[in-house]
Amino acid sequence: MLDVKSLSKSFGGFAAVNGANLEVEKGEIVAVIGPNGAGKTTLFNLITGVLKPENGKVLFKGEDITGLPSYEVCRRGISRSFQVVNVFQRLSIFENVQISILSRERRTWNLFTPSAKLAVEETIGILESVGLMGKKDRTTGLISHGDRKVLEIAMALGGDPELLILDEPTAGMAPEETSRCIELIKDLSGKRGLTILFCEHDMEIVFGIANRIMVMVRGGTIIQGSCDEVRSNQAVQEAYLGGSDAC
Amino acid sequence: MTKNTLGGKGRIVGGALLILLFLSPLFLPRFYIYLVSIILLTGLLATSLNLPLGYGGIFQFHHAVFYGVGAYGAALMITKSGLSPWFGFVVGPLTAAFLSLIMGLICIRLSKLYFGMLQISLGSLVWIIAYRWYSFTGGDNGLHGIPVPNAISSPNGAYYFTLLVTLLSLWTLHKIIDSPFGSALQGIRDNPVRSAMIGINVKLHQLVVLVIAGFFAGVAGSLFIVVDTAVFPDMLFWTLSLEVLIMCLLGGWFTFLGPMLGAAIIISMRTFVSGFTDYWTLPLGILMMLVIFFLPNGILGYIEEKLHRNLIEQTIKES
Repeated sequence: MLDVKSLSKSFGGFAAVNGANLEVEKGEIVAVIGPNGAGKTTLFNLITGVLKPENGKVLFKGEDITGLPSYEVCRRGISRSFQVVNVFQRLSIFENVQISILSRERRTWNLFTPSAKLAVEETIGILESVGLMGKKDRTTGLISHGDRKVLEIAMALGGDPELLILDEPTAGMAPEETSRCIELIKDLSGKRGLTILFCEHDMEIVFGIANRIMVMVRGGTIIQGSCDEVRSNQAVQEAYLGGSDAC
Repeated sequence: MTKNTLGGKGRIVGGALLILLFLSPLFLPRFYIYLVSIILLTGLLATSLNLPLGYGGIFQFHHAVFYGVGAYGAALMITKSGLSPWFGFVVGPLTAAFLSLIMGLICIRLSKLYFGMLQISLGSLVWIIAYRWYSFTGGDNGLHGIPVPNAISSPNGAYYFTLLVTLLSLWTLHKIIDSPFGSALQGIRDNPVRSAMIGINVKLHQLVVLVIAGFFAGVAGSLFIVVDTAVFPDMLFWTLSLEVLIMCLLGGWFTFLGPMLGAAIIISMRTFVSGFTDYWTLPLGILMMLVIFFLPNGILGYIEEKLHRNLIEQTIKES
């Protein structure tokens, strides 16, 4: 479904992503792992058009989407959440998700219908499925970090994506929030049949929910494979346990 | 937070204010009718600025240029074309919207402060044309004695025309803010990267909002001709842009009616305080400092916040 081929991007001489390869098949949950600064978030930014790659290709459903602006990537069926919380601070939880749906339906050019009445059912449906319904009218600047991270996912769902990219979905969450979030991700894959690509530092979560894992070190891919393959790989052990590439 | 949180009480106050505005020619002397007309049209100018500024998060630093060009467009159409003056009132706002499109296309590639700085530069170019092209724009004298249709040439006629057009424009602007387009706009203000990631074409939305704002600034400029029958280059000088910006901040730039309130305060101060001293900007400066320190969301922003908080406390108590 998603095919990333030797993608590269450097910032002032520092190669943040350097020849990264990644394949995601339909219906899979794929994790990207790697030490801090390995280029995981940059990779996601390159796939979703936040940054433009210097070399390499990104194919989605066979179509070349390399270097397209974010809104075009989103319209082709890729939604994402951000590692650093990225929501609309002055709007309510409800409005945050609603805009996402209205945008997908291309209704943001409607200048004269009150938006309060539009896409209400679908917004409520998403809020119920992620468990934010009780707080829907709160301004997002005033809700907890955990709730904001969940809202991130809810907004991504508003785009009704085929591929959902989650950048450290549980970072900074309290333990009970984390387990709730993992259940949510499993549900999205199991019930909605979403294809999910995510990165995460917590290895328990990664090995618990991923079908396949891609390991990044210094901007490049060292291995892509099943959990067992990754666990027993020599290069991965060096990267994580203090070989030449120690973080 | 942009919704009207004033509820029932707000509606009563608003209704009373409207009735007062419609009846005021019956009891207010002529000078005050003129003053209220100027407040209304300047308030419309400030509200049109607040669409990109407060709701869109765009640093629209030189908004007066669209006000001035709207006024000049209408005035030149009326004095030079020989067509019906009503036609001029349509051409004025359209000229402003067109200029806004052209300047927007050039400036939109930059963001934040850089957008504002480039806009000031381009706007100053437009100002110098109005200021120096004597044969066409009347140069620094401007154009005076512009003929206005009979129906609206009396002071009361001009007042009612200004009031009706302002109300209609405010209603339209409010509609736009409440629409999906308005929601997308506020999303872009809060977070452009995220907006793009949910499928919104950020630059295109910003360009459209600039054109809409330019159009309504042009409407305000055309109204000025009705009230004053004159245009002059000061109308597109950058100091007026600054003054309108202050109106938005003073009244509350995250509220819909804040800019109108700001316009009322600043124009009243300029009119009445300058009767006592030439340094009327001194009390304005002090007021501005107090607002920045104690009411960072502006006067109306503070009131709305307070009412909203009371409402929440009440709901908590009841439950």
